[in-house]
Amino acid sequence: MIEFKKVKKSYIEGNKALRGISMQIEDGEFCFLVGPSGSGKSTIIKLITGELKPTSGSVHVNGYSLERIRKREIPYLRRTVGVVFQDFRLIDNMTVYENVAFAMRVVGARTQEIRDRVPYVLDLVGLETKSRRHPGELSGGEQQRLAIARALVNNPSTIIADEPTGNLDPARSMEIMTLLQEINNLGTTMLVVTHEQNLVEHFSNRVITIEDGLITSDRMDGHYVYEDQ
Amino acid sequence: MKINNIGYLLKEGVRGIFLHGFMSFAAVVVTVACLLIVGSFSILVYNVNILVDRLDKTNEVMAYIDEGLSVAEAKQVQTRINLLDNVYKAEFKTREQALEEFVADHEGDSAFSGVQAEDLRHRVVVTLEDNALMEQTVKELYEIEGVVNITASYALAEGFSTLQNVLQIASMVIIAVLLLVSLLIISNTVKMAMYDRKDEIAIMKMVGATNGFIRLPFVVQGFLLGMLGAGLAFGLEWLLYDFLVARIAELDTLRMFQFVPFQQLLVPMVCTFGAAGLFVGVVGSWTSIRKFMNASAK
Ligand SMILES: Nc1ncnc2c1ncn2[C@@H]1O[C@H](COP(=O)(O)OP(=O)(O)OP(=O)(O)O)[C@@H](O)[C@H]1O
Ligand SMILES: [Mg+2]
Repeated sequence: MIEFKKVKKSYIEGNKALRGISMQIEDGEFCFLVGPSGSGKSTIIKLITGELKPTSGSVHVNGYSLERIRKREIPYLRRTVGVVFQDFRLIDNMTVYENVAFAMRVVGARTQEIRDRVPYVLDLVGLETKSRRHPGELSGGEQQRLAIARALVNNPSTIIADEPTGNLDPARSMEIMTLLQEINNLGTTMLVVTHEQNLVEHFSNRVITIEDGLITSDRMDGHYVYEDQ
Repeated sequence: MKINNIGYLLKEGVRGIFLHGFMSFAAVVVTVACLLIVGSFSILVYNVNILVDRLDKTNEVMAYIDEGLSVAEAKQVQTRINLLDNVYKAEFKTREQALEEFVADHEGDSAFSGVQAEDLRHRVVVTLEDNALMEQTVKELYEIEGVVNITASYALAEGFSTLQNVLQIASMVIIAVLLLVSLLIISNTVKMAMYDRKDEIAIMKMVGATNGFIRLPFVVQGFLLGMLGAGLAFGLEWLLYDFLVARIAELDTLRMFQFVPFQQLLVPMVCTFGAAGLFVGVVGSWTSIRKFMNASAK
């Protein structure tokens, strides 16, 4: 569960990126986060992953209190939250398989667990036949699938995606969003930042709209409120 | 750390070394050079200590005994001298023995031909444990009844301890500077490996690897570099030492200098090089890792 209570965040004195955000995302929910550029969406994500601390207010994520989390607890918080970015962030000199296995190995998984789990998630994202390729030999959509496989592999309860389709054409975007929806159907909480109105409306999930550091709309009907220009 | 991670760590450590082959090579060469000099100075100090010790034992203090005392009484004085703390050996010589030595030393010298045993005193030849304390010991000797005069060469004794002190301080400074140099180069090599892999490190943080886990391969890399340098330096030191000792023995026909065979230094040398390699490797990598992790800490 993700819970924000009156969260404010300023990067620099006086300039507020978040001006009092309160929201609650339940386990198993699928929630879009939309809003104009610079409204504070990425800031919210960085607060959830412990990359930033709130200036005031409280942030609770999967049992951790982020406003007072200890530095050495942060890795354990992050194991409960898989992250996907617009720019994929893959390791180019590793194969598809290794990119996913790497994420397991660095949190101390056993070789046997890795052997069992990696093919399973590659199958889930539809990359089972490409496990020996390198990221450079994949299309953008496939690279994002790989990033999703990596985010999934340690079995996090939550996945957070910051504009996961920002680099993809509409057909690829639809595929990725469908994949995230399928993963959500298997029980993973999903928070997806996006600018793509047609996708938001297609999936009719919960939509939180944020403008200038404040929540201006929180609807359950997939309604995209503001006009992107 | 689980067993299956040890393989991973070694592999990553070695990968880090080869990723920057030239830099690693430079780091090892500099480490070898530094440790070689460090080792040479340690051995030099060790040998000088032994040499000074040996020379100390030839630097004798002569205690002359009241001529009014009989031989038996004079020997009691010797016993009392022997009881002093800093006395290593006290050897009694009668005036007749002294005369014999005197005559032998000045053979054919007519100026001394008239010297009689009665002109000389019984004496005790004293060898000290520690010549640095000579002045104090001489005072104690004077306090013993029956001792009427003492000859001792302070200058020589002080010369030795000064030489020893200067050498010890100089080597400590040189050793410290050189260890710092190799520490810095290893630190720099590891830093380059880290910058090279900052994307990987960012991903590791993102998926929840602990800082300890992220650091360890780099510590292993530093450790391997340090140990490689130490191992090579140790082998070279051995060869160099044997070579030099052989050369000096050839030139030094009087056997003025005697060196301990390297085999006898094996254990202390393995420890010295091992500790130095460990120190520069682990501390070197650790410092750059701390800086890096703090700079990118989130
Ligand atoms: N590191 C930073 N230092 C200072 N200000 C920052 C920093 N990161 C973001 N900001 C500011 O905080 C505000 C919110 O930024 P944020 O990145 O959360 O926006 P966003 O909603 O993700 O925008 P976009 O849709 O363009 O990604 C912006 O005004 C931005 O300029
Ligand atoms: Mg953003």
